Amino acid sequence: MFKCFLIKYGEIGIKGKNRHLFEDALVRQICRALRRVDGKFYVYKEQGRIYVDCEALYDYDEVIDSLSKVFGIVGICPVMKTEDRGLEELGTEVIDFLENVYDIHSQTFKVVTRRAKKSYPVESMEVNAYLGHRILEAFPGMKVDVHDPEILLHVEIREKIFIYSKIIPGPGGMPVGTNGKAMLLLSGGIDSPVAGYMISKRGVEIDAVYFHAPPYTSERAKEKVVDLARIVASYSGPVNLHVVNFTDIQLYIYDKCPHDELTIIMRRYMMKIAEHFARQSGSMALITGESLGQVASQTIQSLAATNEVCTMPVFRPLIGFDKQEIIDVSEKIGTYETSILPFEDCCTIFVAKHPVTKPNLNAIRRSEQKLNEKIDELVKTAIETTEVIRVE
Amino acid sequence: MEAYLDNSATTRCSESVRDVVVRTMMEDYGNPSSKHQKGLDAEHYLRDARETIARTMKVNEKEIFFTSGGTESNNWALIGAAMANRRTGMHLITTAVEHAAVLMPMQYLKEQGFSVTYLPVDGRGLINLSDLEAAIREDTILVSVMYVNNEVGTVEPVEEAARLIKKKNPRTLFHVDAIQAYGKFSIYPKRTGIDMLSVSGHKIHGPKGIGFLYINEKVKIHPLILGGGQQKGMRSGTDNVPGAAGLAAAAKDAYEHLEENVEYLQKLRGRMLDGLRALNERLTDDGTGGADSGSGAFLEGRSEDRRASSSERKLREGTGSARAGQQRMPVIVINSGEDEHSAPHIVSAAFPGIRSEVLLHALEERGICVSAGSACTSNKKLPVSTVLKELHLRPELLESTLRFSFSRLTTEEEIDYCLKTLEELLPVLRRYVRH
Repeated sequence: MFKCFLIKYGEIGIKGKNRHLFEDALVRQICRALRRVDGKFYVYKEQGRIYVDCEALYDYDEVIDSLSKVFGIVGICPVMKTEDRGLEELGTEVIDFLENVYDIHSQTFKVVTRRAKKSYPVESMEVNAYLGHRILEAFPGMKVDVHDPEILLHVEIREKIFIYSKIIPGPGGMPVGTNGKAMLLLSGGIDSPVAGYMISKRGVEIDAVYFHAPPYTSERAKEKVVDLARIVASYSGPVNLHVVNFTDIQLYIYDKCPHDELTIIMRRYMMKIAEHFARQSGSMALITGESLGQVASQTIQSLAATNEVCTMPVFRPLIGFDKQEIIDVSEKIGTYETSILPFEDCCTIFVAKHPVTKPNLNAIRRSEQKLNEKIDELVKTAIETTEVIRVE
Repeated sequence: MEAYLDNSATTRCSESVRDVVVRTMMEDYGNPSSKHQKGLDAEHYLRDARETIARTMKVNEKEIFFTSGGTESNNWALIGAAMANRRTGMHLITTAVEHAAVLMPMQYLKEQGFSVTYLPVDGRGLINLSDLEAAIREDTILVSVMYVNNEVGTVEPVEEAARLIKKKNPRTLFHVDAIQAYGKFSIYPKRTGIDMLSVSGHKIHGPKGIGFLYINEKVKIHPLILGGGQQKGMRSGTDNVPGAAGLAAAAKDAYEHLEENVEYLQKLRGRMLDGLRALNERLTDDGTGGADSGSGAFLEGRSEDRRASSSERKLREGTGSARAGQQRMPVIVINSGEDEHSAPHIVSAAFPGIRSEVLLHALEERGICVSAGSACTSNKKLPVSTVLKELHLRPELLESTLRFSFSRLTTEEEIDYCLKTLEELLPVLRRYVRH
């Protein structure tokens, strides 16, 4: 019965003169999301609203599922669209609608009419009163409650008349493409995909970099990261995943530097390489899944030490999250199941029993001096041999 | 170059198997239950397959039932026989080192009210016959022992076990999981006193998705899969004709040349073991391993412990770890043997200091396929192999064990290539260890 969806968007409605840019981006993102769904869809803007018309057979759940992954959407309303055939006929259609959508017994309701077409002969308040009367007549068990109704029935009078009552929540945020691009340091863990999701939610396109360390990390671990990137991409749009072979750099650091500083020094090189690819691909920031104090490399001192090597802003959207809060989001966005598959990632393979938790920046720099002989060459090789996988 | 040394995981199909599978899929694709000629042709394949397999074990073809593979055979044998005989008794016996396809059904039966005794094993994985004798009771209805251990290749004393069981309690049924043994040993269930025997097709160059269960005609057993009444109502489901024909072709290949095959496998195993020993010597001399006089004794160092009880062994391990503080571990420790208690196609070895997963992937990068003897990582995400644990290996051996397994299609060049690659990899990998 629903041949149309009304898309509600919140924040972008207040963007002043840039508003159309945000709306156009949202339309584009909706089109992209629906490309994966069977059916013919027509997405358009009209009088400050975005609509999706469905012109062929489609699967309702599939459409809702796709739309609820589009950032910028606050609510999705399945709409019954009807021609204006007079007020009496409208009353009959409203009753049909309620019968179809609800199991009517004794719910409370309220009718809200918006008369966008001012040439319509009856005023909104009168339409409300008339429809309320017809509903009470048809369903004697129902009652009006104007403050907290169980069913809030919207009737919008435009060129056509729109009837809807359900609002399925969307993810919120801003449409991807309205806030530039950033490079996500993606591992196989729980945190980094969530971090990518959260930044993308603010309208940011995502590229990603993964540090692969064969034979210490397996092909399956890499596949898992591709799978995670694919889930992030279902929200953010296509992700260019840079797979960097990090083994030689890691082993070289292992050979030359104190082992308790291994993780910090390694992460400094990861940031440097990630920043290189960010510049190359037009990203303007880095994203990590770090959460303050979670592990030795995420203390305030360690973060300062890893942050020091890059000039781009580093977004750490999970910085104040507890582990459980991160897990909750990862379950919601569907990355948790994949994240917990037990493959080793490159950060843990040589981790010292007691890594430094309060690294001294001068000491770290001194240790890095020992790498001077070969490290530039190794970084260069790692960058040159990086494999880029486009994940959609 | 490539080397496939993971034949205990699965094997490549032989050409004779492929040919008969294709023929029964493309030409003689009938359903044996159909009444027309195509059905009859298919039935002939099935009958021939059953006959061929029965002949390899000198049993009656009526005693061969096709299943979807080793796991189903084990499940059926245990659950089907336990349920059919539960009025006689509720006691079952198995070993601590069985495959999950035996341990899990046992666990299930335990939940159904049966009691299960798990026989301990010694340092190389062998059960003790006196333990078995002591465990058999008046109400013991079933004993299940594997023929060849899938992780280290230990050959259990099934013939002696069978004699013992029948002597102690003639009513007790004896099931043998022969999935790693069929095709490598002459197995005569009737003469031996084995009542049920599980076999899988893809371990002997046959197709996946097919196996069989030998059930002595006197055994009381319930079917697990009910339906159209195929295989005398004991295992319903449209007959897997390509599978059965393929499995029979594989069984025929295996048993027509059994002696030469086994001899060849032993030769491969010897080459591998000699190579590993020599490699250990060389790497130790290089100073990359434990360059101390004690390291030679470390190689197969548990042999002295093998018959020791587990408490004694733990005691020694305690002193052993203190000793390890002064002495470094050897480069290679061989877990499997070379005598009559060792399967000809499996070599298990540990490379202390290198996690098995890492060495596995390093070998894989050079085209060599092996299995990790134990799927354990130091961050404890993965379960430690129960079998290796039962062998009381020290932790550093547990998490660094690889299994090399051969078949008659394995070549000496593959072994040599693997040894050569190990020689290149080990010194490098040993330098980088987790602290």
